[in-house]
Amino acid sequence: MQEVKASMAGNVWKIVVSVGEQVEEGQDIVILESMKMEIPIAAEASGTVKELKVAEGDFVNDEDVLAVIE
Amino acid sequence: MINKVLIANRGEIAARIIRTCKKLGIQTVAIYSEADHKAPYVTMADQNFLVGPPRVNESYLNVERIIAVAKETNACAIHPGYGFLSESEAFANRCVEEGLTFIGPTGSVMKQMGSKIAARNAMKKIGIPVVPGTDDAIATIDEGLKIAKQIGYPIMLKASAGGGGIGMQVVNSDEELLKAFEGNSKRAQTFFGDGSMFMEKKIENARHIEIQILADHHGNAIHLYERECSIQRRNQKVIEEAPSRFISESTRQRMGEAAVKAVKALKYTNAGTIEFLVDESENYYFLEMNTRIQVEHPITEEITGIDIVEQQLHIAAGKELAIEQMDLRIDGHAIEARIYAEDPVTFFPSPGHISNFELPEGVNVRNEVAVTADYDVTPFYDPMIGKLIVKGSNREEAITLLEEALSNYKIEGIKTNIPMLQEVVKHEQFRKGNTTTAFVENFYQK
Repeated sequence: MQEVKASMAGNVWKIVVSVGEQVEEGQDIVILESMKMEIPIAAEASGTVKELKVAEGDFVNDEDVLAVIE
Repeated sequence: MINKVLIANRGEIAARIIRTCKKLGIQTVAIYSEADHKAPYVTMADQNFLVGPPRVNESYLNVERIIAVAKETNACAIHPGYGFLSESEAFANRCVEEGLTFIGPTGSVMKQMGSKIAARNAMKKIGIPVVPGTDDAIATIDEGLKIAKQIGYPIMLKASAGGGGIGMQVVNSDEELLKAFEGNSKRAQTFFGDGSMFMEKKIENARHIEIQILADHHGNAIHLYERECSIQRRNQKVIEEAPSRFISESTRQRMGEAAVKAVKALKYTNAGTIEFLVDESENYYFLEMNTRIQVEHPITEEITGIDIVEQQLHIAAGKELAIEQMDLRIDGHAIEARIYAEDPVTFFPSPGHISNFELPEGVNVRNEVAVTADYDVTPFYDPMIGKLIVKGSNREEAITLLEEALSNYKIEGIKTNIPMLQEVVKHEQFRKGNTTTAFVENFYQK
C-alpha cells in the first residue's frame, strides 16, 4: 500500500484519476494549486487507486494524504 | 478631489499605495482576507476591513463586498493595484456606476487591451509594429497547421486571454503544435474562461523591453522611458532594470514616441505600460499593453524621480499632467530583484512560516515588502514577498549595490529565490548586459 501525499500546502485543483483505476509509477494523481502554480503530485509506485482522500477544491497541508494506492 | 482611497489589493503594492496617499494627505482604507489579517499593510491604512475567506473569489475578487466597504467608509476612489481586479473591465465600469473613481483607464480601453488579439490588431492599425502572426483566433488545429507553415517555426502558441505565462508555449514543429494545441486551449478555458488561441513567430534572442506611459484626461501623454525585463523564469519576470543597456538612444526615442502615439490613439488614460519584444537588430514589436501599475514601476521612479502612484491619483482626480516630455531626463541606473517564496532550483513555491526577517539597508537601497518576521506565507496568493530596488550612478555601480544588498537580505523559515538571484547577478553574461529572455534557460538551468 502506498500513500500519495501533498508536497506542499495548497488547494486541490484537479483529481486526474478515479478509484479502481490502474496507475503507473510517476503518473499524476492529483494536481494541487499553490501560490498560483500547478503542482502535479505523482504516484511513487504502480498499482490500483484504492481510495481518494480529498475532493477538488479542498485545502490540504504539506504531508496530507491525498490518495491510497494498492 | 480625491480625499479617501480604498485599496482593492494586498501585500507590497497595497503598502506602496498607502505610502503615497499618506504623503499627499489622502485617507486610506485597506481590505484583507482571513489569511492576511497579520499582513503589515493592513495596519498601515487609516481603516481596514475584512472582506472574506482566503480564496480570492471570496475576498480580493469579491466585487460586491469591496464596493460595500467603499460606500460604508465614504471612500471616493478605488486603487486596484496590479493583478486581482486591476484589469477587470466589469469592475472599472461598476465603480463608475457606483459613483466611485476607478484609479486606472476606462473599462472600454481595458477590454480592448485585455484581449491579446484585439490589442494586436488595434496596434497594427495605429502603425505600431507587431510580431508576425495570426490576426484572428485559430478555430481548428488544421487552420493552425496551415498558418504555422506560413509563419515558420519556432512559433509561440498563446492564449488570447492569457497572462502570467499560462497557456503559452514554444512549438518547433507540426508535431509539437498538434500536441500542445488542445491542452493549452483547454487550460486557457479553465483559467481565463476563454480558450481562444493565436500564434506568433518566436523572435530569437529577444529582449523584453517595455515603455511606461502616463496620460491624462486632457489629451496629454508622456513616456517615462523603458524598463528591460528580460530575466524571467516560467515566463515571469525576476530581475528588471532601467534604462536598458542594449538599445541605442535613437531606438529609445522611437520606442517612446511609438508608445505615446499608441496611447493617444487609444484615448488611454492614467498609467500604463506597453511591452515590446526587441530583436538583435533593435527592431521592436508590440507584445501587449498592461492597463495598470506594474510590479516593476519603482525602477522607473528611481531614474526619473517621479512618483507614479502620485501621478495616477493626480490623473484620476481629473487634473492635467504637470510634467512635459522635455522636462524628463534619465538619472543613473536602477535594478529591481523580485523576492519569491520558492525553491531556487525547481521554482516550486515554498509557503511556510518566516521566523527571521531582516532587510538590507542603504541610501540607494529601496525595499517594498509584503511580509515581516514571525509571519506565515500562505499558499493562497502569488509567491512574491518582496522587491529589492537599488540605484547606482551607472549599471556597474547598481550591480555592486544589488550584490551587497542580496547578501544582507535575511529570510529564515522558508525557501526563497535569493540564491538564484545572486547567481544571476554575478554571472559574466549578466554583467556584460547579455540578457535575453532565454537567460535563465541558457545560463542558469544548464
